[in-house]
Amino acid sequence: MSTTPNGFTLDNSGRRLVVDPVTRIEGHLRCEVNVDENGVIRNAVSSGTMWRGLEVILKGRDPRDAWAFTQRICGVCTGTHALTSVRAVENALGITIPKNANIIRNLMQLTLYAHDHLVHFYHLHALDWVDVVSALSADPRKTSELAQSISKWPKSSPGYFADLQARVKKFVESGQLGPFKNGYWGSPAYKLPPEANLMAVAHYLEALDFQKEIVKIHAVFGGKNPHPNWLVGGMACAINLDGDGANGAVNIERLALVGSIIDRTIEFIDQVYVPDLQAIASFYKDWTYGGGISSQNLLSYGDVPGVANDYSASSLLLPRGAIVGGDLSTIHEVDLTDMEQIKEHVTHSWYKYPNGEDGLHPWAGVTEPHFELGPKTVGDKKRIEALDEEGKYSYIKAPRWRGHAMEVGPLARYVIGYAQGNPEFKEPTDKLLRDLGLPLEALFTTLGRTAARGLEASWAAHKMRWCYDELIANLKAGDSATANPAKWEPETWPKECRGVGFTEAPRGALGHWIVVKDGKIDNYQAVVPTTWNASPRDAAGNIGAYEAALLNTPMADPEQPLEILRTLHSFDPCLACSTHVMAPDGGELTQIRIR
Amino acid sequence: MKKKVTTFYDVMEARGISRRDFMKFCTTTAASMGLASSMVPQVVHAMENKPRIPILWIHGLECTCCSESFIRSAHPLASDVVLSMISLDYDDTLMAAAGHQAEAILDEIREEYKGNYIVAVEGNPPLNNDGMFCIVGGRSFLDQLIEVSKDALAVVAWGSCASNGCVQAAAPNPTQATPIKKVITDKPIINVPGCPPISEVMTGVLTYILTFGKLPELDRQGRPKMFYSQRIHDKCYRRPHFDAGQFVEKWDDEGARKGWCLYKMGCKGPTTYNACSSIGFNEGTSFPIKSGHGCIGCSEENFWDNGPFYERLTHVEGFGIESNADTIGMGVAAGTAAAIGVHAVASAGKQLTKKDAENT
Repeated sequence: MSTTPNGFTLDNSGRRLVVDPVTRIEGHLRCEVNVDENGVIRNAVSSGTMWRGLEVILKGRDPRDAWAFTQRICGVCTGTHALTSVRAVENALGITIPKNANIIRNLMQLTLYAHDHLVHFYHLHALDWVDVVSALSADPRKTSELAQSISKWPKSSPGYFADLQARVKKFVESGQLGPFKNGYWGSPAYKLPPEANLMAVAHYLEALDFQKEIVKIHAVFGGKNPHPNWLVGGMACAINLDGDGANGAVNIERLALVGSIIDRTIEFIDQVYVPDLQAIASFYKDWTYGGGISSQNLLSYGDVPGVANDYSASSLLLPRGAIVGGDLSTIHEVDLTDMEQIKEHVTHSWYKYPNGEDGLHPWAGVTEPHFELGPKTVGDKKRIEALDEEGKYSYIKAPRWRGHAMEVGPLARYVIGYAQGNPEFKEPTDKLLRDLGLPLEALFTTLGRTAARGLEASWAAHKMRWCYDELIANLKAGDSATANPAKWEPETWPKECRGVGFTEAPRGALGHWIVVKDGKIDNYQAVVPTTWNASPRDAAGNIGAYEAALLNTPMADPEQPLEILRTLHSFDPCLACSTHVMAPDGGELTQIRIR
Repeated sequence: MKKKVTTFYDVMEARGISRRDFMKFCTTTAASMGLASSMVPQVVHAMENKPRIPILWIHGLECTCCSESFIRSAHPLASDVVLSMISLDYDDTLMAAAGHQAEAILDEIREEYKGNYIVAVEGNPPLNNDGMFCIVGGRSFLDQLIEVSKDALAVVAWGSCASNGCVQAAAPNPTQATPIKKVITDKPIINVPGCPPISEVMTGVLTYILTFGKLPELDRQGRPKMFYSQRIHDKCYRRPHFDAGQFVEKWDDEGARKGWCLYKMGCKGPTTYNACSSIGFNEGTSFPIKSGHGCIGCSEENFWDNGPFYERLTHVEGFGIESNADTIGMGVAAGTAAAIGVHAVASAGKQLTKKDAENT
């Protein structure tokens, strides 16, 4: 038994359980826990098990191409890395973008929020709360009554739910259960009545059909989704409202399509997602686990600049700042260029630092791969049965803000916004807590994380409407510029420069740090949300958000990792994002030192 | 296989879809695949008699854009594909089970449906570090891929990662990320490149296999000819501006606002084989060129290393639309590769046909 510097008691003497693969996430994550004789989790180990080396691939390339490479870090939070990248390059090269480009980028980022949160809730997270098989025993009439009591969403008749139930029944009876095969159906950890399960299953399918509509906004401005196109200096989607050739540009038909999608998105999120979230939460109010470090340390860089080219906290619609030690009365300023604030540690990560440094800022970052297992590992380098968390155990580094492990994501944004007294975040939070009869502390749980994401989806959908109105107003005022080509050519760039770009990805704070030399990328580093949340232990022994959140959770049946999935999914893990640089051919990666 | 066979029609019937609507669906499906109306009865027969084929969808080094694209499919809807057309028994992105319960499914399907399931691969295996740059269930993804593919009927390589290597295989390819075709050499492989591939191309490939009981005809790179035989340039609505010499010269200039050709802005449409300019993305909403940005050639081999994206292609001649991937720049070796490809497809087709006979 030991206590970590950030105040968590770890005991690895109990039975070891391994969950690998952790499914319904992006990428490859392994989780190991020790449970005591009562099935309560007393030790937790989070391990990122994939690594691609994108940042080293970027070395020597054209900075204007970097968005396309970094966008491929993740196809789920598609676009957010590209946006972060163009911001980093523009920051380095001193490029400003037109007002319309800022509005369109915001609209695309908010589109991602609405889509990503919705798909996460229904398709990656819901099955942790919803028992599909139980839905078969629901009374369609009562399901209809339930649905109509919480929302005016029109697809709610007894006949609709009866048809849906028949479809699911036939599917289950076929014996080919597809993605529902070997699920944890019937587990006592499921708390919803059959009617709520049936309603949720119906909306799982409706959301699957609807989500593809939302991202058509990316297609209008970026040509496709996943992976729309971006541009250093603005957006490539020229606007031509009624002139010669308007049919080949963003014109009134395209804008009308965007407007109609925004209306339907608001409708679906407010009439399906949020009521479902609230209904499901009402049955799990007693399940108060999973808070981890959320009641202590939270971090957000902020995003959605209301004023083009102004990335200061006052311009950002999503809050910026850090909370430390659970003191909501002090919001610390966050500076991504301060070499002392953000540092990455590798003591327990499959990397090593050549000079034995304790932690390095991304601009001075060194990443040298070092796949090595601790002496207490069960298995070997080709077949890992159980990891040794006293040694190196993850491809994820351990980023720290002023030495603190931080949680990032929707909950961090909402709590920081709440603590700042911003009514856009405070009022919906207070209302939800009031409706559920819960205190503010209830936010610092697995369910609180999931609830913040749902509220944020609604916030994002309504902000999409605000952006759209702003775009139309600016066009009315006669400004139709979308790109600033003044510094497009490399001859106009400084010989050597560096920059940083940031966004709030749906999963949390995201930063890209770039060094440009002689027109080429000299160094590129990304510190992503899942690196913060899924972080392994650091040199001092502080545990990260995933590991802390799993502690002290009782498992209904340790053979069925339902509670582990529930809490991990509440963070919306994205493992492809969290991978880092490696050296070519396994050799040392020469790294540029920034003075 | 002793299990009760649920056909596509059974499922539709159970959903209260009338015979009349079912026939209409088959007609639409046939039309969407460019088939003559005389082929409709064949589609109907297939839909009425085929069991839902198990698909094991595994993930290597990737970004999940292929899965995301797949669920964007509008015709057929992804929900219909998953519930009614295939049996998506393993897909770590969507499946309810995790850990041991998830891994057990791989073994079960391999045993129960030996030779009669399809492996869909998203991403690719890294070969460096003994494959341990991508670990699943404590072992390398490379091991998983080889094991799971061993008893498969065919392998579908989704996207540019699985087909060509894609971004993690870009120079210097630090993990030695390797396309599926270089690791699995004894199975028919259908490459469906693109980053991501078009949603309806992904579901279209599956619909074709399920409907006609055979694999689609492939080109020498193992890509379905129906979607990858022509260049984006050939079907581009901005092509007349190329021919007329009307080009975008600068971002947001007059040409950009008039929808002129993006060739001078680095568009790779003239060297990229894909269906973007005809089918489009997101239910035909757009494709990169239509939104004002050049094509980056994301379905082509080594597209990350084929020069900066904004550098204009050289040596683009006005060769005609009758040219295709098999005839441009190909040497004698191409003939051999094509012959092997055809043989592999023929074997798979036979197996599928045999299976059908058992079930009917």
